[in-house]
Amino acid sequence: MDLSAINPILFVAGFFVAATPLIFAAIGELVVERTGVLNLGVEGMMIIGAICGFAVAVETGSPLLGFGAAAIGGAVLSLLFAFLTQVMLANQVASGLALTLFGLGFSALLGQSYVGVKPPRMADMNFGPLAEIPVIGPVFLSHDIIVYLGLALVACVWAVLKFTRAGLVLRAVGENHDAAHALGFKVKRIRTLAIMFGGACAGVGGAYISLIRVPQWTEGMTAGVGWIALALVVFASWKPFRLLLGAYLFGGLVQLQLNLQGAGVAIPVEYLAMSPYVITIVVLVFLSRSKSAAPGSLGRIFHASS
Amino acid sequence: MIALVKRPEPSRVFSLAAPVLAVLATMVFGGLLFAILGKDPLLAIKTIFWEPVFGEFAFFYRPQLLIKGAPLVLIAIGLSLGFKAGIWNIGAEGQYIMGALFGAGVGLAFYPAESALIFPLMVLAGALGGWLWAMIPAILKVRFGTNEILVSLMLVYVAEQFLASMSLGLMRSPEGMGFPGSRNLQQYASAHNADLITGSGMHWGVVAAFIAVIFAYVLMARHRLGFAIRVTGDAPRAAAFSGVNPARLVLFCLGTSGLLAGLAGMFEVSGPAGQVTIDFNVGYGFTAIIVAFLGRLHPVGILLAGGLMALTYIGGDIAQSKLGLPAAAIQVFQGMLLFFLLAFDLFTNYRLRFGRAEVV
Repeated sequence: MDLSAINPILFVAGFFVAATPLIFAAIGELVVERTGVLNLGVEGMMIIGAICGFAVAVETGSPLLGFGAAAIGGAVLSLLFAFLTQVMLANQVASGLALTLFGLGFSALLGQSYVGVKPPRMADMNFGPLAEIPVIGPVFLSHDIIVYLGLALVACVWAVLKFTRAGLVLRAVGENHDAAHALGFKVKRIRTLAIMFGGACAGVGGAYISLIRVPQWTEGMTAGVGWIALALVVFASWKPFRLLLGAYLFGGLVQLQLNLQGAGVAIPVEYLAMSPYVITIVVLVFLSRSKSAAPGSLGRIFHASS
Repeated sequence: MIALVKRPEPSRVFSLAAPVLAVLATMVFGGLLFAILGKDPLLAIKTIFWEPVFGEFAFFYRPQLLIKGAPLVLIAIGLSLGFKAGIWNIGAEGQYIMGALFGAGVGLAFYPAESALIFPLMVLAGALGGWLWAMIPAILKVRFGTNEILVSLMLVYVAEQFLASMSLGLMRSPEGMGFPGSRNLQQYASAHNADLITGSGMHWGVVAAFIAVIFAYVLMARHRLGFAIRVTGDAPRAAAFSGVNPARLVLFCLGTSGLLAGLAGMFEVSGPAGQVTIDFNVGYGFTAIIVAFLGRLHPVGILLAGGLMALTYIGGDIAQSKLGLPAAAIQVFQGMLLFFLLAFDLFTNYRLRFGRAEVV
């Protein structure tokens, strides 16, 4: 074992890369759940985003276009979920599972000709002389634009939920859809829009994995990140900034695990690789007591006549 | 103006018609997908649904129907109990792996001793492995209120890593010349889950699947516990008033589904698969979720749905080799089936009303 092989600055900078897919997927799901919808299809939307983004980035040579395509791909897939749960009044748990199963298959089908292809590289942001500051520069100011976009998105969601009328309506729909309906709010329309937002975010998160974190395309490459994002929303008690904290904590643990693998610690690789999932379970256990934070209508079907 | 009106009672006709409609719709849209992929849609559909049962080489594929169907039915029966009560075990894939590892572990530990007791012991160990793995989300849910969906799913990834570790390390065959994977249990008579009638595909797992169907049918239709499961799913508050203990129900539903998934894994590893390898699991645990829903969470329905799903696996394999249809296309096909089913299910609980909506 050689721990000195781990460069502390690169290590901490890696937190951001590891956390970004989680931040996108989880902040989208947070908004969806705040409107009272439980979409378990995050994993499916992420993997569709991963392949859509990858394919478009490879074909056009522009990673940014790829991220755009990923957002569209995720949102289109989430429309299927919206149709099932909002129009056909299907069970949300089952519909979400269907979305994940379908997404995993469909992405494998789309991605057949992209296995082994290298995507175009995303340029890092240029902060000029600021990036030269020791420690702070390489840790905080050496990333691509998507990392900062993720941070901005969390702040935006927080502000919108807390300070705007739209956020208030959104929360009202999630807390009590019957009351919101009685006040004249279009429950289904608001939920459908939220679901699409969640899909777009999950898509971008997935594309971040295939275009930047890995970067290549393999079948099922999201490997449970979508499910971890779902756990993260519970961890954050549906609050944006706690979500950010959780994502970095988690990103840090993943990074640590990868670095330990690289440094050749005397623990078999498989046991290190299972650690993120075990940690997620442990965290869930500790945080499950504060159930009261969940939106009141979470997971319940809304039908105007009932 | 078309409005949805809730039916006072769920429609029995539509409850039975929805899966049939879903299969038909999947054939149409699946055909479209195959056409987009540049394959003859009619030929592809025929290859998937007709060839395995009535085609030229049906004598070879029919036993496969039992082999592929048995684990699906076994797992789906267990899942259906929980799903009916609103207890979501979606980690059957992990319980399946653990059952296989426990079962194979016991078998390999006795190698090369021959005894008639070894196989029954392996069956017990397989059931125990799956049960224990499912008890983790069950106990966490009962004790701490942890979400069983997320925990059971996380445990799938843990089990997959565990499987990798076992097939590369502890269970690796000493005679395997360094290749990953355990000894082949098919070559170890006492541990081999052989066909009961040679070449029929009828191994102990198939027997277990049929027993599970009967057991589940009696439980749901005749036993007090089946009543408790149904009431909890329909009206949790009413269930609490009628004296149902929710914690015990969680332990029972998750435990039983884990046990059955573990059995499925054990029968697979000691029979058709033969050895513990890194990619031993092929997603039966997830496909079984589709089977459970397609079978309307009813034991007999699940039996039929399991057969149909097994058909798509085998037909998909044939279409892959004969028509060059990508393997992923079949996965999409199966996913589509669940979509259509969930969509058509609307008409079980609601009916359409045409004409002007009244102002309430």
